[in-house]
Amino acid sequence: MSGVVEVVDSGLAVSIQDRGRTGYRNIGVPVSGALDPVLMAAANALVGNPAEAAVLEVGLSGPSLKALSGTVRVGLAGEMGAQLVNTRGQVLKVAPWQTATLFPGDILRIGGVSHGVGYVALTGGVQVPAQLGSRSTYLRAAIGGVQGRAPKVGDRLQCEAVRGDPWLESRGRAPWHHETGPIRVILGPQEDHFTPQAVASFLTRPYSVTRDMDRMGLRLDGEKLAHNEKGAEIVSDGVAPGTIQVPANGQPIVLMADCQTSGGYPKIATVIRADLPRLAHLRPGDELRFVAVSHADAAKALREQVQRLADWAGAIQTFRPPGVIDEAALYGANLICGVVRGDEWSLHGVDLSHPFGAQHG
Amino acid sequence: MSTDISFPPPRLLSVGDAAWTVEFGDSIDPAIHGRVLGFSSLLDTLSSDGRLEGVVEWVPTFRSVTVHFDPLRTDAMALHDLLAELAGKSGSLSAAGCRWHIPVCFEAACAPDLDEVAAAKGMPRDEVVRLMTETVFTVYMLGFLPGFPYLGGLPAALDMPRLATPRKVVPSRSIAIAGRMCAAYPWESPGGWRLLGRTPVRLFDPANARRPALLAPGDEVVWEAIDAATYDVLDKECAAGRFDLSSLLKEGEAA
Repeated sequence: MSGVVEVVDSGLAVSIQDRGRTGYRNIGVPVSGALDPVLMAAANALVGNPAEAAVLEVGLSGPSLKALSGTVRVGLAGEMGAQLVNTRGQVLKVAPWQTATLFPGDILRIGGVSHGVGYVALTGGVQVPAQLGSRSTYLRAAIGGVQGRAPKVGDRLQCEAVRGDPWLESRGRAPWHHETGPIRVILGPQEDHFTPQAVASFLTRPYSVTRDMDRMGLRLDGEKLAHNEKGAEIVSDGVAPGTIQVPANGQPIVLMADCQTSGGYPKIATVIRADLPRLAHLRPGDELRFVAVSHADAAKALREQVQRLADWAGAIQTFRPPGVIDEAALYGANLICGVVRGDEWSLHGVDLSHPFGAQHG
Repeated sequence: MSTDISFPPPRLLSVGDAAWTVEFGDSIDPAIHGRVLGFSSLLDTLSSDGRLEGVVEWVPTFRSVTVHFDPLRTDAMALHDLLAELAGKSGSLSAAGCRWHIPVCFEAACAPDLDEVAAAKGMPRDEVVRLMTETVFTVYMLGFLPGFPYLGGLPAALDMPRLATPRKVVPSRSIAIAGRMCAAYPWESPGGWRLLGRTPVRLFDPANARRPALLAPGDEVVWEAIDAATYDVLDKECAAGRFDLSSLLKEGEAA
C-alpha cells in the first residue's frame, strides 16, 4: 500500500538523496548522493528500508511533513529531533535515532540539525521519479529530486505505508558516532606538483573550514601550499568526491558529493571513502588535520565502518512508545491490549515509569 | 583500432581509495587522446563481458582515463596491476563526430574577460573574436559539469592562465578559455576560466535520457558571432524548447 506525505514546511538546505548517480561521469554528471551515506543507511535501517533508499538530507533545519494517506513511518538519523503533532492536537517529542509513525493527518515537525547533516527516511523510500538512474538531487543542473529541485511547501511525496504493527517503533541502541582523529587521505594524483615542504605542511598543519562550503566542496584556510616548478595548472583530468585540489592561491579545496567530474588544478590528495562522511559534519571555523594512509589501510577502515554500521543496525530494537492517555478512546473502546502513551518518548529520555514494552491493561 | 607498442608505458595515479587514473601523457595531443579513446574502448568491451568486477565507471579525459571502482568489491592493488597491463596493450582510436555551428554573443555583457584578454595579448578585442570564430575546435572530453565540453584547438595567441582565485559564480552558457583550451559552461557554477562570450544554446538536457549531452568527444565546434538582439531571440526560443538543435549542423559537414 502506498503512503503520501505533504511538505507543510520545506526546512532549510533539504534535498532528496540516495546512493548517487553513477554511469554518467563520462558526460560530466556528478555522482551527488548523500553527503553521509552511513547516516543515510542508519535512517533507512530504522524504517526497514534498503540502505540506499532515497531519503531527505537535512543540511540546516528539517521539513515538516503531514501524512495524507496511509500510515507512514519516519526514521531520523543525525543530531536533530522532531515533534509529532497528532490529529487530536497532542504534541509528542521525537528524538533522533528512532522512528515515529504518522497516521493520516499527523504532522511531523523536524527541527534543526545541531551538528552536520541529518537524514529523514520514509517507509519504502521517497518515491520521486529517478532521473539518469538516481533520485539524488543535483541542483545545478536540475537533475533528480522533486522535478530537479528541493522539496517545497505543497509537494506531495509518495512512499509506502507501514506493513504490520503501526504501534511498534524502532530505535538504535546508541547514536552513531563517526571515528575521530585526522582525516585520512591517499596522496596524489598530483602530489608531485608541490614542494616537499608543502606536502609536509599539508600533513602536519591544521586547516580550518571557511564559510565557502556547499555540497560541491569546501574551501580550507591554512598554511599556503606552494606548487613546485610544475606549476598550479594541469591538463584537466578526473577527480572524485574527497579530492583535494589546490589552485594557485595555495589554499586547499576539498571536493564533496556534488563535485565536478574533472578539474584542472593539481590535486595533492584524496580523502578515503571511510572518512568522506565526516566532511559532511564540518562547519565554518572547524579545524581539521590530514594524515596519509595506504590503500590497505583505507580498505580496512571502510570494511570496519561497514561492519560497525551493520552491528548498529542489527542492534535496532523495537518498542511500544509510551503515549498520552486518550480517555475518550480508553472508555469508548476495548483497550485491553491498547497502548497508553506518555507525554513523550525519546532515545535517552525514556520515562522509566513507562518502560518500553508499553503498558498493557 | 591499431596497436602501437612504441608508446611509452602509462602511469597509474591514485585518486583516493576508489579510483585510479591511467595517464597516457601530460599534454593536449591528438595521439595521446587516441590512446585514451582506445583504452576506454577496451574497457567497454571487457565490462560488457563482465570482466571488470567492481569497476563502477570510467571517465576519459584529454590524456588519461579515471577508473572509479568499489573498494569493497575490488582489491585496489589487483585492479592497479590489471589496468596497468591493459593500458600497455590497448591501442589507439580516433573518434569521428559532428561539426556544430554554435551562436555566441561576444558583446561586453556576455564577455566580462574579453577586454582583459585583448589587453594582455596586445590585440584589439575584434581580433580576439576573429580568432575565436575562425578556429575549428575539437571536443576532447566532457567533464567538470554535466555536458561541459573541453575543446582543443585554441590558437596559441590566446593562451592565458586560469584565474588565481576561481570565480564563485560563472553565468550559465559562458564560453571560456584557459591555457590552450576552450569550453562552454552549461550551468551557472564556480569556475576559474576567462569568460569571452555566451551562447543561448542549451548544452545539456537531463530529460533526454538517450543523449543528455549535446556534444560528444570527437565532435567539432565552430563559434558563430551573434549580436545581443539575436542572442535574446535565440535564448527565448531555447528556453521555450522551440529551438531545433539539428539546425546547428551544416549539411555535408561531418567532422
